[in-house]
Amino acid sequence: MGIDKETVKYVANLARIELRDEELKRLSEQLKQIIDFIDKLKLLDIKDVEPTSHILPMSNVLRDDQPRESLPISKTLECAPAKEENFFLVPKVIE
Amino acid sequence: MELNTLTIEVLRDKLKKKEITAPDILNSLYKRIKEVDKKINAYVRVKDLKPGNDQFFTFNPQLPLGGIPVSVKDNICTEGYNTECCSKILAGFKPPYDATVIKKLKEAGAIILEIKTNMDEFAFGSSTENSCFGTTANPWNINYVAGGSSGGSAASVAADEAIVALGSDTGGSIRQPASFCGVVGLKPTYGRVSRYGLIAFASSLDQIGPITKDVRDCAIIMKIISGYDPYDSTSVNLEVPDYPKVLGMDIKGIKIAVPKEYFVEGIDPEVKKIIQEAIEQLRELGAQIKEVCLPHTEYAVAVYYIIATAEASSNLARFDGVQYGFRFSNSELNLIQMYKKTRGAGFGQEAKRRIILGTFALSYGYYEAYYLRALKVRTLIKKDFDEVFKDCDCIVTPTSPTPAFKIGEKIDDPLKMYLSDIYTISANLAGIPAISIPCGFTKDGLPVGLQILAKAFNEEILFRVAYAYEQATPWHKMKPRL
Repeated sequence: MGIDKETVKYVANLARIELRDEELKRLSEQLKQIIDFIDKLKLLDIKDVEPTSHILPMSNVLRDDQPRESLPISKTLECAPAKEENFFLVPKVIE
Repeated sequence: MELNTLTIEVLRDKLKKKEITAPDILNSLYKRIKEVDKKINAYVRVKDLKPGNDQFFTFNPQLPLGGIPVSVKDNICTEGYNTECCSKILAGFKPPYDATVIKKLKEAGAIILEIKTNMDEFAFGSSTENSCFGTTANPWNINYVAGGSSGGSAASVAADEAIVALGSDTGGSIRQPASFCGVVGLKPTYGRVSRYGLIAFASSLDQIGPITKDVRDCAIIMKIISGYDPYDSTSVNLEVPDYPKVLGMDIKGIKIAVPKEYFVEGIDPEVKKIIQEAIEQLRELGAQIKEVCLPHTEYAVAVYYIIATAEASSNLARFDGVQYGFRFSNSELNLIQMYKKTRGAGFGQEAKRRIILGTFALSYGYYEAYYLRALKVRTLIKKDFDEVFKDCDCIVTPTSPTPAFKIGEKIDDPLKMYLSDIYTISANLAGIPAISIPCGFTKDGLPVGLQILAKAFNEEILFRVAYAYEQATPWHKMKPRL
């Protein structure tokens, strides 16, 4: 199982990244080399091994459902590239 | 002695005796930055600096860091001060809040510098060559890299442009540049220091930690930034030890493991020799040295570049031109086109490479073959460490297989660059703490770092061993000529 130019194109679309043609070509070559290296993991027998997604023995950390103050809207909107009233402004979504 | 060259303890003593004031320290730093940063490029946005902003803090000399300036990596949120991860996509971002570590440092009396330290974009790199603000040079030889991704933090401390600095470490990003620049750098246990306000790269691996001129400063900063934080659900509710208290305790009888897999092909012969001498020094100080095996070491880089990029691809989805930073604007574009153009133009090459690799590893048809497999091998790597720590107190290794490499040497070969993290990555995968301390110089005058690793939440043993070694050797007193 490898990675070719078509796969990179497909994945870049999933990641919402536009690539120029020469970028696509270079990235495909580099990623192929990296994946070939990573394929060495296939040499290991992992049949009875549990996956470790997280190192700490904790799961579902919950907090009390208590209201607390949050950042003021004006402050959170300060860095937005486009805004209107209390909202982030984006291109039209529904035609 | 110029104030910018001194450590926290010495400066605090002078402040208490009223020999100096806090603005004196800041001014000596700014003078130094003005003199040498054109050569080093340890800080970003220096030209925007209006000296004085950071001096408005009233500091209390009674507080543990009262009057001490702290330099901060560009990926740690500082309220009102630009935090851009050295990426075009976050251009102009001024966080509306402080990271927990910044809050704790301010409460301890520290003064946070307004200019931030240079880094590889989003911490993606091992050389600080992937910054949109240009490369950071190594203060020991400006033709060489400072390491990365916290290259600016390490170089600023080494060049006396900082008293202490904060970095972040996902696969070695504190320890490797500390090693390349001849300073002390610690990656704490995962969960020891809150990650709230650290712009996330790989959430199961990232930790914030100090980069300092000596081991004592490192212990002082760690005591302040550690501890449980309800805003970070992965921070652990354990009491924070008084780290500086263990400094000076002897290391007689301490069992130190030396993994043989770290001394095989790929290690520079000079580095190997210097590390072996450091191990001899530890033996002379009374430690018991034992050779051990970490058999899955050779798989760590491959595991890391799947897990870290998978997590990064998810974390970096938030940079879409809507809430902050750069947006590719054109009224003709629909939403999806806007996302694609913003991300295509806003991210640098390494960021695109990693997001695409991570998205690939998580995508339908490849998830089991790559991501799930990597998680399972991570378990094997962690078990290797568990086994060694059953009867050893700590492990020593080189921090990096080579000293600093030349600027430009590896930038076009990503795989070669990734392999330079081979000795540091495992600590992140296993979640354990690790420190890098200076342990000698090559014939060409480049520093070499010794890495010490310990069981989770056992930073005390790292400080104890590191301090004993430091006090017996001259390396931490060496200064680059600039």
